[in-house]
Amino acid sequence: MNLTEKEVRHVARLARLAISSVELSEATQALGRVLDYIDLLNELDTDAVPPTTHVEAIETVWRQDRVVPSLSPEEATANGPQVSSQMFVVPKILDGGEG
Amino acid sequence: MTNQYEVVIGLEVHVELKTQTKLFCGCANGFGQDPNSQTCPVCLGMPGVLPVLNGEAVALATRAALALHCTVNSYSKFDRKQYFYPDLPKAYQISQYDQPLAENGHVTIHTAAGKRNIGIERIHMEEDAGKLNHLGQRLGDAEGSLVDLNRAGVPLIEIVSRPEMHSPEEARQYLVELRTILSYLDISDLRMEEGSMRCDANVSLRPLDFTGSLADLPRVEIKNVNSFRNVQRGIEFEINRQRQMLQTGQRIIKETRGFDDASGSTYSQRSKEEANDYRYFPEPDLPPLVLTEKWLKEQREALPQLPDELRQSLAERGVAERDAEVLVQDVNLYHYWSQVVALVSDARLVTNWLLSDYSRLMNANNLSFAEPKVSAHGLASLLSLITAGTLSGKMAKEVLETMFDTGETAEAVVKRLGLSQITDHNAIKEIVSAVVAANPAVVQDFVSGKEKALTFLVGQVMKQTKGQAKPDLVNALLREVLATYA
Amino acid sequence: MGTIDWDAVQTADQVQRGEISAAECVEAALSRIDNTNPTVHAFLHVDADRALARARFMDHNLTRETKANLPLAGVPVAIKDNMVTTDMPTTAGSKILEGFRSPYNATVVELLEQAGAIIVGKTNMDEFAMGSSTEHSAYGVTRNPWDLTRVPGGSSGGSAAAVAARMVPLALGSDTGGSIRLPASYCGVFGIKPTYGRVSRYGLIAYASSLDQIGPLARSVRDLSRTLHLIARHDAKDATSLDANTILEAPIPTALQSLRIGLPEEYFGEGIDVRVRTVIEKTLDRLRESGVDLIPISLPHTRYAIATYYLIAPAEASSNLSRYDGVRYGLRVVGDDLIHMYQNTRQEGFGPEVKRRILLGTHALSAGYYDAYYLKAQKVRTLIRQDFDNAFEKVDLIVTPTVADLPFKLGERDLDPLQMYLTDIFTVTTNLAGLPGLSQPIGLVDGLPVGLQWMGPPLAEDRVLSAASALEAILPSPEWPLSGGIQ
Repeated sequence: MNLTEKEVRHVARLARLAISSVELSEATQALGRVLDYIDLLNELDTDAVPPTTHVEAIETVWRQDRVVPSLSPEEATANGPQVSSQMFVVPKILDGGEG
Repeated sequence: MTNQYEVVIGLEVHVELKTQTKLFCGCANGFGQDPNSQTCPVCLGMPGVLPVLNGEAVALATRAALALHCTVNSYSKFDRKQYFYPDLPKAYQISQYDQPLAENGHVTIHTAAGKRNIGIERIHMEEDAGKLNHLGQRLGDAEGSLVDLNRAGVPLIEIVSRPEMHSPEEARQYLVELRTILSYLDISDLRMEEGSMRCDANVSLRPLDFTGSLADLPRVEIKNVNSFRNVQRGIEFEINRQRQMLQTGQRIIKETRGFDDASGSTYSQRSKEEANDYRYFPEPDLPPLVLTEKWLKEQREALPQLPDELRQSLAERGVAERDAEVLVQDVNLYHYWSQVVALVSDARLVTNWLLSDYSRLMNANNLSFAEPKVSAHGLASLLSLITAGTLSGKMAKEVLETMFDTGETAEAVVKRLGLSQITDHNAIKEIVSAVVAANPAVVQDFVSGKEKALTFLVGQVMKQTKGQAKPDLVNALLREVLATYA
Repeated sequence: MGTIDWDAVQTADQVQRGEISAAECVEAALSRIDNTNPTVHAFLHVDADRALARARFMDHNLTRETKANLPLAGVPVAIKDNMVTTDMPTTAGSKILEGFRSPYNATVVELLEQAGAIIVGKTNMDEFAMGSSTEHSAYGVTRNPWDLTRVPGGSSGGSAAAVAARMVPLALGSDTGGSIRLPASYCGVFGIKPTYGRVSRYGLIAYASSLDQIGPLARSVRDLSRTLHLIARHDAKDATSLDANTILEAPIPTALQSLRIGLPEEYFGEGIDVRVRTVIEKTLDRLRESGVDLIPISLPHTRYAIATYYLIAPAEASSNLSRYDGVRYGLRVVGDDLIHMYQNTRQEGFGPEVKRRILLGTHALSAGYYDAYYLKAQKVRTLIRQDFDNAFEKVDLIVTPTVADLPFKLGERDLDPLQMYLTDIFTVTTNLAGLPGLSQPIGLVDGLPVGLQWMGPPLAEDRVLSAASALEAILPSPEWPLSGGIQ
């Protein structure tokens, strides 16, 4: 399965990485090699095999609905690169948002 | 190609659950607090944190699913839905993707053509995002935004209908009935204006000669409309817009549109063709959710009586269908009604009083039956005075208004204003005799056949008793005395 | 012999008995760090003042009875820098977390301090634990104390080097595909990755959530036991945390002959450095001489483990690392608008190997590729687990080399990520299957350490530790590097 620079650029955009054109071609080659190696898995017929999402045999772990004290707004925003009125400031948003 | 289209509408409704804490951390779940005052490392998406599921949120979501006739899956799991946005701290939302909590339910609506079930495809649980406050008028103009994460992690259910509604009115009915059902479960504040209930509408037009799959029709999603009325307006606008485009030979594109309240129109937000790739995958930090039969039974048993059942029982108690609908649609009004009926038992009397005089007073004062001004017990005492004949309807209205203003009991008002109806036979007879004696000319008119003269005499008696005499008794006694003049 | 030569158990015993003060132990560790760390660069951050203050508090305020209840009383401990601490910075070896101060402590940090341990600092690591050499840290490389021109292994290379160089007797590492056992082997110390879910991950900066586990590195098996006894506890803050029997405080003496020990043929094939093979064979001979019956077994899907791992781990990592977006903490690089701020921040904040794995993982989860990559890998993961289920019906434990070669030269594998990935070939399987795995130093060749790996069924840490302890008893005492210090 060969990987194209176009695909890597698309993936970089999804991952919000502004990679340079040098990095792009390096990454395309490196990832291409890894994916070639990964092709090994196609030797295996896994149609009837269930996936493992959790290795443990545990299920339904939940907690009681009891309030635990929150951080103060000052503590919550103490690491913020830019904070105003106890809120994190972000630059202007050009596309409409998601979700 | 036909010019005839069928409107196809599907609704996605998000409902915030009224738990004490957030879905995956112990922060309080409250509305309108100071920015970032209800946050912790978990809901801030700090490095190293892990989610732990709130069991009560699962219980509330399950009750909603059961009330909406869904099949609750004994096995479901959580997945990560990934996209970058400043209100989403981890850059993924923990949601449920291919194995949701519940599937295949319905909501019954009442159309002109009779009852119809609108299918519910699925109900899943997920966490809410935070809030952005834009520095500027609109998103596009803003120089930046302020991020408040109090809402991040609040538990939500998303209720996805099948595309089975065919008019804005049906969509409105679906929403009203959905909200009515959920209101009895007491699982959410259900306030559109505060965002505790939110609705996205998918609208498409199907050419009548189109036989393909509905999924292939270009679908327009109207996002986050803030009232039922605006959902209806948005859909109406969208139907007209799409119809005009089709009639002028234009192609509808699959996109997301916003709704502008002022103009009543929708506007393009982003084209779905360049939509995000959410890269869902199973949430490794949360083991699967397996619900036992026993637990599900407990949730089923915790369900209150639901609107359809209530409608039937109201009909059996002789409440008119229209009145019953008004009662059922306001859960607080209905609960108040049932408390009063438990004390007075004449369901129709209670209904009449509640839906006319009491509701008028509540509305005039902008009050909700969640916090009634006059207690159910207070209203019941007043209505008992009517059935006992102590107060006339007219007097009772006056008493109710006073109770409403001063907060006194019915008995206290009656006593203070000396308002009880005179039912003493002898006392009234004395006054009747005096009135007859004082009005010989009128008496003569009556004797000579003028029935109307009686009305005057009744009026005179009522005047002397300050309206407290029981009118039918006055009538009877007058006729009795006048008979001696004939 | 000075206090720096003691293991954690001996240190705690001496402090408990009042033979030595906690402050003396900490001072000795700090002085050793002063001497060796500038060259080895195991620590990113040392908080001498805090460590000494805590030690002195213990000396002055705690009674002997109280200290007797602190199983790690006065033991200087190092913490890998991907476990969050309120009193010290936490960077996970990344520039994107420069200056970050956590508002909470990782559960393991709390548990160690409650047991009397004195945390002296945070150790270097491959950025976000992605690497096998500790060369991929934004804060410089760590050197192997046995040969300063070689890597210590990774990603917990700082913790392994700190223990090997006797800066501290005990350190915590984390292991996603071998990140405790590989550096333990390369640095000649003991290290164990417990069963998945044994130790709380709350406060461990996630790399690949379904594979990550915290574990100790030390210079004796009994130190591993004592530490796991304290930190392998159920934690309500981690929904994947197991509620299982506590690991015993000391390994139970076991006759190795009573154990059925399996040798998987896939781990003894070609590709093993002959020098490593010689040392391993010598140890296996010793086992045979003591009457152990080594049973040949097969784990047929071993050859698919690296491919499986390099889909699952980057996929989960791409998701876990999305939160580093310049909004709430860490680095922010300005941009004209939001999306450019995101892109510039992540572009500058992450190193090349992290970006490679984010790209790989994002690709594996993206529309149209999920089934072929991520789902496929999860299915093969099932086959790899089944291999172990089958094997553990026949044997009690499995023994393999920890790694196929000796520590390589700094910079040697920089240019070929795939070559680097293959370093983990013997260790990733236990992560994929969620099993305990222990690396034990078994000798030197050409002055470089060789490690032997024990693997056990889920929750069989006690059995693994007992076996390692029994082998430790019949092998010559391990040696430690830099005995003359660094001039």
